[in-house]
Order: sequence, then structure tokens, then C-alpha cells
Amino acid sequence: MSPKLTETEAPPAALRKAGLQVSQDEALIFERSASGKRGMELPPLDVPAVNAAGVLGDNFVRDGINGFPEVSEIEVIRHFTRLSRWNYAIDLGMYPLGSCTMKYNPRVNEYVARLEGLASAHPMQPAAVAQGCLRILYDLEKALLAITGMDAATLQPAAGAQGELTGLLMIRAYLASHGNPRQKVLIPDSAHGTNPASVVISGYQVQNIKSDSRGQIDTDHLREFVTEDVAALMVTNPSTLGVFERRIAEIADILHERGAFLYMDGANMNALAGIARPGDFGVDVMHLNLHKTFSTPHGGGGPGAGPVLCKKVLEPFLPVPIVIRKEGRFALDSNRPQSVGRVRAYCGNFGVLLRALAYTLAYGPGIRQATQDAVLNAIYIRKHLEEYFDLPYDLPSLHEVVFSDARQKRNGVNTMDIAKRLIDYGFHPYTTAFPLIVPGAMMIEPTESESKQECDSFIDAMRSIAQEAETNPEIVKTAPHHTRVGRLDEVAAARKPVLRWKP
Amino acid sequence: MYPGDYRYSKDHEWVKIDGAIGTIGITDYAQHELGDVVFVELPKVGARMKRGETFGSVESVKAVSDIFAPVSGEVTEINAALGDAPEKINQDPHGAAWLVRLKLADPQEASSLMDAQAYESYIAGKAQEQSA
Amino acid sequence: MRYLPKSPSERQEMLDAIGVRSIEELFETVPAKFRLREPLPLPRALSEPEIIEYFKARAMENAPGYTCFLGAGVYDHYRSVVTDAMVQRGEFLTSYTPYQAEISQGTLTAIFEFQTLMCQLTGQEVANASMYDGSTALTEAVLMAERLSGRHKVLIARSVHPEYRQVLGTYGRNLGLEIEEFGYTGSGQADANALGKEKLAQAAAVVVQSPNFFGVLENISELADLAHQGGALLVDTIAEAVSLGIVKPPSDADIVAMEGQSFGIAPSYGGPFVGVIASREKYVRQMPGRLAGQTTDANGHRGFVLTLATREQHIRREKATSNICTNEALFALVATVHLCLLGKEGLREMAEQNVAKAQFALSELEKIPGVRRAFTGPVFNEFVLEFPRSVKLINAQLMREKIIGPLAIGTHYPELTKRGLVCVTETMPRTEIDRLAAAVRRLLEVPL
Repeated sequence: MSPKLTETEAPPAALRKAGLQVSQDEALIFERSASGKRGMELPPLDVPAVNAAGVLGDNFVRDGINGFPEVSEIEVIRHFTRLSRWNYAIDLGMYPLGSCTMKYNPRVNEYVARLEGLASAHPMQPAAVAQGCLRILYDLEKALLAITGMDAATLQPAAGAQGELTGLLMIRAYLASHGNPRQKVLIPDSAHGTNPASVVISGYQVQNIKSDSRGQIDTDHLREFVTEDVAALMVTNPSTLGVFERRIAEIADILHERGAFLYMDGANMNALAGIARPGDFGVDVMHLNLHKTFSTPHGGGGPGAGPVLCKKVLEPFLPVPIVIRKEGRFALDSNRPQSVGRVRAYCGNFGVLLRALAYTLAYGPGIRQATQDAVLNAIYIRKHLEEYFDLPYDLPSLHEVVFSDARQKRNGVNTMDIAKRLIDYGFHPYTTAFPLIVPGAMMIEPTESESKQECDSFIDAMRSIAQEAETNPEIVKTAPHHTRVGRLDEVAAARKPVLRWKP
Repeated sequence: MYPGDYRYSKDHEWVKIDGAIGTIGITDYAQHELGDVVFVELPKVGARMKRGETFGSVESVKAVSDIFAPVSGEVTEINAALGDAPEKINQDPHGAAWLVRLKLADPQEASSLMDAQAYESYIAGKAQEQSA
Repeated sequence: MRYLPKSPSERQEMLDAIGVRSIEELFETVPAKFRLREPLPLPRALSEPEIIEYFKARAMENAPGYTCFLGAGVYDHYRSVVTDAMVQRGEFLTSYTPYQAEISQGTLTAIFEFQTLMCQLTGQEVANASMYDGSTALTEAVLMAERLSGRHKVLIARSVHPEYRQVLGTYGRNLGLEIEEFGYTGSGQADANALGKEKLAQAAAVVVQSPNFFGVLENISELADLAHQGGALLVDTIAEAVSLGIVKPPSDADIVAMEGQSFGIAPSYGGPFVGVIASREKYVRQMPGRLAGQTTDANGHRGFVLTLATREQHIRREKATSNICTNEALFALVATVHLCLLGKEGLREMAEQNVAKAQFALSELEKIPGVRRAFTGPVFNEFVLEFPRSVKLINAQLMREKIIGPLAIGTHYPELTKRGLVCVTETMPRTEIDRLAAAVRRLLEVPL
């Protein structure tokens, strides 16, 4: 897939790593469909055929599925293969997306997830014939507890956001059992959007607290905010600026004095695994994003898993069922009278949990080195770009760094433009416009999966764009130039949404 | 640019008083900040609005802005044309893209709002803040 | 370590460039008392062969060589290897959420196709890009009905999957939802007569499942009429999506919350699966989850983008329709590829085979003295049988013959002791159905 860029269009002489998408147009599968074609054939019935209308009743039987695809196997293969070539992916190169931790998705994880006895396991099969699955859950919990320094876990939540909700429900249940669930949860203005959304679904009200002038939680004023009405504070540590909350122990103390809890959004665990444990610095309950720190594939938007880890005091409130071990045998226990209940059917995104276990087995205690490499990459990139981009908060950062477009804005070039131009250099954009406390934010997280060469390539690309913003801003403002489609009309898509194909 | 006979709020709404009826919209400054408008959420006819409270929202692709009532009253009419053509807000924010008409609870309320000149100074000040 | 692409000398070069002597210095911003001095107490790192060995051992500790007659929301259907060939491509597997549309047209096009397929199957006008699963899709559908109607009462049939109802309860308890359950009749269907006028006039939604937990099909049109008369919405949840190959689509329901696991996704001990919400176009702004929309670029090329994002948490924050961010995109892709392979005729044939197999199993099992069907309503591929003794006892004996027998539903429905839920899909060989019938007949002949 090497590009043939014309001289006038090519990015400057600096390292080029462009991946030109194949410009072949590919219709929708419905547009390739024709009556009578099939892609999959079934073995013939070995029992007597029945007339469905006769068995179910006429009024229960449908006519046919209007417009449903009818294509052959090879057309399916070609269609989706062509579509896939329009995507960027970790397998192709770096995603410097802050807060997403786009690391390598180990292929052995895919292999073991597909082993017959694991892939075919039914969630309701008796514990006697599910010992393998139950042990996988148990072993993963043990590993996650060791990494986080917490006391108990649930693997049920399907994603980080659901983990947040679960942790908040547990806090609420504890406080309610002590007579008063309280009303509010404090959210820093640098928080990820799922945090306030989860608070609302747990039945609490959001109270936003402003970060201080250095982008950290304003600990000096925190006492005023932690009233008897406050159930918890949701912190991300390191913060969404990639900076460790240095006064986290004090923050935990202030909350605990008032009987409130410290919830930690574990999205940035890639800076801490093997280096420090949230359980040690006062966190009462937290979630992890297995599709971030623990390498399970993003797959274009999911699946994920958001296990919740807690201190002993919250253990009785964990969702049911929990995994227990009795006399060397594993079982699921639903006899938990104080549990918040179930947050989803069955016991969780098992296939994702399995992959995360494979990841921790591959590293063992060496997970520390992955964290070190991630932080090394991020600080290396920060060091090399500090002269070119505005750094609004200058505290030392860990695994990610947040610049702003303030300098480039003087020439009318903003963070979105720079991000789009980065595509021409063969990279996926960084995270734009988040966190909210940095106008024109450029959040960069390189993960430990990036080699020195990839980091150097990225640095060169960013420097080149900074230069273009000075000398040729138009080329940045109208980027990308080397993709199959240019910037798409999002306004039209929102004004008159077309959300399905019609014949 | 800002009609002399309108009054303006700090949240960038305008109100035009005709006796006991008020017409409300958002200002050119507001539509410019928002970018291309894709959707407008308005209250129902008959709803009661209280000064300072939100009564609807205006959406662009990447943002939602609450609209705050500059004066109190009962909604008598809403601008149905905005349902099909929200872009009117970008094109003609002070005229064809009015949002609601109200039966005013207190016609005197509007006098504490800014006049055109005061509003123009106000937004000039804001522009300076942002480029600082 | 094989996942880390740096040599020791490269690390040193980078440290030099930064101007520090050691990697430890980079962590000084973490207070010393929290910095771990020892490596974590985890088992030593395993090589790839050892990892495979570990999981193969776990697989053997499950149910190798057993025949399983369980359904109850998770179904074993034929899956083509072509699906994996597509989904394992790095460009799909290792790609990110398609916020940057120009380099995500593969994902976005596939999502658009998924949304279309879901509409075609359910008879609804719009469908989203996925929820976590059926149980949370149902919960979110109910919350959507609450927003649309402004009412807080929910009438949910007991014939809805017990775990789905539990999830709704967990969410609803803290949001002021008044959840009231209503019963089922001798046909195994939701008891429409239990829905009084007064209750309906207060209800945001009437919630049913079809085929329901007992395997019985519900009368969606009638229930929709009843709900609408009271000003409530009808929410239909579907756990066995293959039923839509033959069963009339629930177009009269206002919101459909479906579990798509039956479309090419392995049972995988309960997840990951794929939930979907489908509904009317006029309700789309209250629908949670991502949506892919069609549009064009400046040169008129058709392309797809995530749209109506102002509903979602990253923009609306505390006022969002849901807190969902990460969804089940890869499994929506699995379902999409699978359905394209099966196609119109293939899906219908698969559904018809399910009906045929279930009817055969039903008739064979009913020949056993003392065994009879518990409900009279029409079933797709699952049915409840009444046995002359405890299902748990029967199952204990069946296990010795490597058969995982009917699900004893007495734990979830105390009034339904000695009843077991049997599922038979197109994958169940006739010989195994015969073996089950023979085994049950044999063990019932032996007095307790």
C-alpha cells in the first residue's frame, strides 16, 4: 500500500509514512444484492420439515425481509476486505489518542478466546462443567487486585461507563444502609463525559468543581465543597492532563473525614500499573478499562469491559453473582443480600476478560516495564514538541501530554485542522478538544507499543505541521488531502439524518 | 447590526417588545459562536417561561447551547419553520429566525436588559478577553 | 518483552534526549511513599506456548463432549468461518471508534449496513450502532420511553427474561422508576387482561419479550394497541434474534431492544454480545448510543459519519441520553457479516430449521409418560416442559450421560417447580434429541 504522491501534494521531505487508502469505490452490500444468491448453506434437516405457518399460526409468520442482502460468499469477502482497507488501525501505526491507550492487541489473546471449550461455553451451564471459565474469572480478579491494591472485585460491567455506574451504585447502597444516601457527587471540570453522565444515572446530582491554576484538583478549597450532602468525588489519576494528583492522599482524607468516598476513574492506569497502586493512595472504589490498559481490542468502538475494584467496606454491595472458591472448586454466588443487584445479564464480557487475563499472564510482574516505556515515550515526545506547541499546564506529566493550539490559532489554524493534517502524514489524530479545561486541546498518548522510530516519525510530522501552520496555513486548514474522502459534511448529516439504506 | 429597538441579555438572547407581546431570539454573536445550527429545541405553546431559566436549546454538530429566557411570560407562538430549516438561525438570527413569542408577565422587565449600544460594547469586551 | 519495541540502547538514547539518568526519575512526580519498591506479586511472565497451554487446560475443565440443551437468552447457531476471516483483519479488529471519519470509512460503512439490517429485521425505522447487550438495551429502551412520555411507571411482563428484569430493577431503583410486574396466562403469554386502564394511563411503557423466556411468541400488535390506548409505549425485547427469520417483525412496537448474539456470535460464557435499540424516526433524538449517518464530502463522494452526537455523553455530559461510550462495535460487525452471508433465504431457512427441530424434540419428549408441555402458546426453538419430578434431579442424572439438560425455572418462578426450559436449535443433531428423550424416559422409569 505505498502511496504515489505527486511532487506538489507530497508532505515535506521529512519522514513520510503515509498510508494511502485504496481509492476503489465500494458500494453498500445491499447495492450488490440480487435475488437467488446465497453466501452460506446449511446442512439439510435430519428431522421432518414442518410448515411454519401451520405450527406458529398465520398471524405470526412474516412475509419475507424486504431488501435483505442476497450475495455470495466471495462477494462478502471482497466487500468487507475492501471496506477494511479504508480504515486506519493499530496494526498499521500509532494512534496518539490521549486517554484511549491504543496499544498492541496481542494475537495470542484472539487465539485463546476462540478455543472450543471456552467459546462454546453457555453461561448457565452448571458450575461443575464451568470450572475452566470460573477459574479464568477468579485468576483475572486476583491479578487485577494485585495491580490496583484493592480488596474485592466484580468483572460484570461491560465498559468503563458501566463500571462507573456500578461503583456509584455501591457507594449509594453503602450510604443508604447507614441511613442517608446523600445527594451529590463532585466532578472535576477536567473529567471525561461519562463521569457526569454516570452520576445522573445513579440517581445523584453532579456538582462540578473547578480545577486550580495548575490543572489539578483544588485541594485548598476542597473542604468547602465536601459537605454532608456529598457522597463521593470522582477523580481520574493521573488527571486527564496526564499529571499525577500530588495531593491525592490529602484529597482522600478530606473525603473520608466527612464520610464520603473517593472514586477513581481508572482510564489512565497505563501510567501506574506496576508503579503505584490506587488502593495505597486512598481510593475506595475504581474501575479499569480492559480495552485500554489491558490490551483488549477496540474493534472500531467496542467491546470493552469495566471491572470494578473496591475496598473491603464496599464488598457486600458488589453486583451479583460473584466468583467464589470453596474447597478448591469455583462457583458463582448470588446469595448476597446487600448487593446492588445485577448490572447486566450473565457474568460479564467473558471474551474480553479472557483476553485481559492472557495479557497479564504474558507480562507477569514485568508489567512495570510496559508502564515505564509508555511514560518514557510520552515524555520524550513532550520534550521534542514543547518548543512548537503551547503547553498550558506545565507540571510534569506521565503517560500523556496535553498541548493547545494557541500558537497556531494566531494564523487561524486550530486543533482540528492540525489533527486532520496529521492524517496526511500517516497517523491517526490525537484527541482533540478534550479535556474541556484546555481550549483547543491536543491530547497525546503514545503507549508503550510505539518504537523509538514511530515516536520520532510522529515528532517530525508534528514539527512539520507546526511549520506549515506558519508558512502555509491553508494546506493545514483544508486537510486531509490524501484520503479517499475529504472532510465530510457533518452539518448536513445532523440536519437531515439518513441512518439507513433504503431500496 | 444589532437592531436599535431590541433589548439584549448577557446570555446573548434578544427580545423585541410590542406592547404586551415579546419576541425572543438569539443574537448574531451567539449564532457565530455556535457555528452551523443543526437543531433547535423549543418549548410547547402554553408553557410558562421564567426570566433566567432555560427554555430550550440550540445545537450545532459538536455543541449544545441552552437558551435562557430574558423575560418571563407564557408562550403563545413558536417558530415552526426552524424545524425544517434550522440554518435560518445562522442566516437571519434577528429576523426570520425568531424562536418564540410570549405574552409578557411584566413588560417592565425588559428595561433592565442592555440596549443595542451596551450590548455591542459587551461583546467587544468579550472578544478582547478571548484573544488575550 | 515481545510486545515492547525498544532495545535497551534506544531507551538510553531517549533518556539522554530527555535529560534524565534513569527511568525512575520520570516517576518522581508520584509521591515516594506510593511508588512500589518491589515488583508486583504476580506469577512469572509466560511465553506464548505457555499461555495457550493455560487456556487449553481451562477449556478442558468445562464441558468437553457434552450436549447442551440450554437457551434462555444465549443460543448456539451455525457460524461461518468467513466471519472470523473478516473480523480478524487488523483494520477492523485493531481500529478505534470512528470519530475521524476520513480514515474510518470501513467501520462507518459497516455500521450503516448494521443499522439497516436491524431495521429490516425488526420493521422499525431507525436502529443504533449497538448497546452492550439485550438486558441493558432493554433498560435503556425503558428509560427512553420514560423520557418520551414524561411518565415513570413501567409495566413489565414476568415472561420477560429474569436477568433482564433484574438489570432494569438495578437501574430503575435509583431513578424513581415505578416497576410493576404483571403475569402470564396458560398459553405462556403475557396476560394482557392484567393491564387495567388506570395503570396504562400512568405507564411510560408496557414491556414484553418475544419469543419470551418460556419460548412463547407474544401478540405484539394486540399489546401495542392496548398500550397506545392508555398513552403508553410498547417496548418489545428480543433475546432470540434468529426468530425474526420467520416470525412477524414487531413493527407495532414503539421501541425494540434486541440481543444480537444469535447472529454469528459464540456463546462465550455470556459475553461479549451485542444489544441494539430500534425505534421510530421521530424518537431518534431520545435514542441512546452511536448512530452512523450518510453524507457527502466537498467533491460529492458518499461517505458516512457519526451523527446526532449531541445526544451523547462526550457532548451532553450530565444531560446525555445515556452514559454509554464504548459499545459492541466489533460484534455488530460479526452480526453484519454473518447476516450478509446467510442472506434473505438463508436466515429464513435457519429459522424454519429451528422450528422443525423444536417441534420434533417436543413431540418426542411428550411421548414420555409424565412429561408434557407447560404452555399452549406457539413456540420458536424453546419450550417449557412439566416433569413428574424435580428437574434438578433429572439433570444430575443426565449429566452422567454428558447431557446438560433443561434449565430448571423453579428458582426464577417459584410457582413453576418441576418445569424445565428446553432449547433446540438447527445445530442439534437428531441423534442427540433421540438420546435425550431415551435418557429421560429411562431415568423416569426408575422410581425415586
